Amino acid sequence: MMAYPERVLVTKIGFDGHDRGSRVVAAYLRDAGMEVIYTPPWQEIETVVKLAMQEDVDVVGVSSLATDHLIMPDLIAALRDAEMRHVRLIVGGIIPQNEQPELMDAGVSAIFGPGATSEEIVETVRKLAVEARAARETAEVV
Amino acid sequence: MSSNKKTRMEALAERLRAGDSRALGRALTVVESGDDDALALTEALAGAFGEAHIVGFTGPPGAGKSTLLDALIHEWRKEGRPVAVLAVDPVSPVSGGAVLGDRTRMGAHSLDDGVFIRSVSARGHLGGLCEAAHDMADMMDAAGWPLILIETVGAGQSETEITQVADLSVVISAPGLGDELQAIKAGILEIGDLLVVNKVDRDDADETAKHLEAMLALRSGAKRDISVLRVSAATGRGVTELKDEIDQLLEATGATVGADRKRKREARKRRLAVLRFASRISAGISEEDFRAMRPEELDRAIERSLALLSTEVED
Ligand code: B12
Ligand SMILES: Nc1nc2c(ncn2[C@@H]2O[C@H](COP(=O)(O)OP(=O)(O)OP(=O)(O)O)[C@@H](O)[C@H]2O)c(=O)[nH]1
Ligand SMILES: [Mg+2]
Repeated sequence: MMAYPERVLVTKIGFDGHDRGSRVVAAYLRDAGMEVIYTPPWQEIETVVKLAMQEDVDVVGVSSLATDHLIMPDLIAALRDAEMRHVRLIVGGIIPQNEQPELMDAGVSAIFGPGATSEEIVETVRKLAVEARAARETAEVV
Repeated sequence: MSSNKKTRMEALAERLRAGDSRALGRALTVVESGDDDALALTEALAGAFGEAHIVGFTGPPGAGKSTLLDALIHEWRKEGRPVAVLAVDPVSPVSGGAVLGDRTRMGAHSLDDGVFIRSVSARGHLGGLCEAAHDMADMMDAAGWPLILIETVGAGQSETEITQVADLSVVISAPGLGDELQAIKAGILEIGDLLVVNKVDRDDADETAKHLEAMLALRSGAKRDISVLRVSAATGRGVTELKDEIDQLLEATGATVGADRKRKREARKRRLAVLRFASRISAGISEEDFRAMRPEELDRAIERSLALLSTEVED
């Protein structure tokens, strides 16, 4: 048991308006007892970083059904610049196989495609939230 | 370990007071979770509170609280006043989880550094929502935010709880909510410093306003003379007037607010002490055993901690 529920930001960056996936995922996480900050599509990177900071989330989940997953390295850099390195980033939606290694190398923690189950998603987010809190604790001590 | 913890919280307190918004985000989580760190942090910040004005907004679901807050924030921002918001959303009674959606209606401010919004779930805290909300508002206060707006869940107890946190309570109603309006009647009569009917762009709004005015006429006591303000968050009608009214009331009650806040803070300190003793008692007991304690046992434990508390207070 964690001291308080996992806090997760579920969002969409860029021009892609497919929001069914992000809504479904937000509901999965809520039903698993987590606190979800949900945004509509079309957010900017700067907004996502600011939200993650103000809401002190453990995990940021981005849904991408167009090509917005290609901005993930920029988001990771922006989180790092804001000293939010401990936050874990996951991506879901339509992410072509051949582009997945690049995202993982850039620091994305997990990728989910169509048909991903609630169990898989919840389990991964739980694990990552624990990781994020441990990483933050370490960062605070130094 | 505990000294290490303390230093960590002292460092956080320092960063918070220096205006680091990441530190504020973190501090809000710490006090919300209400553990030992929360006590250490509150202690590290003792004396840093008391400058901010806190305004509570309550009303039935869908009355337009978030939309109206968004419009009000615009007004204050036009004057250059920084605004912090605590937006409380209901929690799923089944899972304990929540989708916190209030801030999506305040999205227009997402890139404005003069606005800090934090979503809060009405978790089943020990000590209730009020405890956490007050501590969270204190953190925003200590971080230098001069004006703090709290949007509460407009159902159940929270609309009266808000008066324990806020200097001023605004009750928002709207046409077309049917039974919801009935449900908050009692709350409205008791706590509203300002009554607002939102959505006056709708034809049926006048009826709602008249209904409220009729109810107000029956109200006794000091809060009887207040008027019902008609606004539309959607069109902006009446929003500047509402903002002016809030500013005026805050100014007029400034002195009493300070004293009142002090009294509330004392009461809270006492509750916090009780909680601290409760956690000391439970420290030696496993989670399961604690849950399994019979009511009489729990009562005795609480009595013991209260007795301890009064000796400590006298010291
Ligand atoms: C429904 C749909 C639409 C609807 C969208 C409705 C809405 N509000 O969402 C409408 C009709 C509006 C639409 C429009 C368009 N669409 Co469309 N659409 C689809 C379709 C058929 C299904 C998407 C869907 O809703 N799936 C159901 C949800 C629940 O699944 P999901 O999003 O995949 O989510 C799951 C996982 O991926 C994962 N997941 C997703 N996000 C996240 C996030 C996190 C944090 C996590 C952990 C997991 C996770 O978990 C979910 C549960 O398993 C797909 C095809 C497909 N098979 O995916 C095309 C598709 C996505 N659309 C496509 C296109 C091209 C368009 C249009 C550009 C078409 C056009 N020319 O007008 C427009 C653009 C709209 C816009 N503004 O962006 C293409 C995208 C191609 C690409 N990637 O290059 C697809 C792939 C179809 C195709 N094969 O060509 N579309
Ligand atoms: N016509 C009209 N609709 C409005 C107005 N203000 C808000 N709404 C709409 O009312 C609905 C609810 O608005 P919210 O601001 O989410 O209401 P809320 O009171 O914050 O709701 P909860 O947080 O769920 O309790 C939305 O669809 C708004 O667009 C208004 O002035 N006029
Ligand atoms: Mg709301």
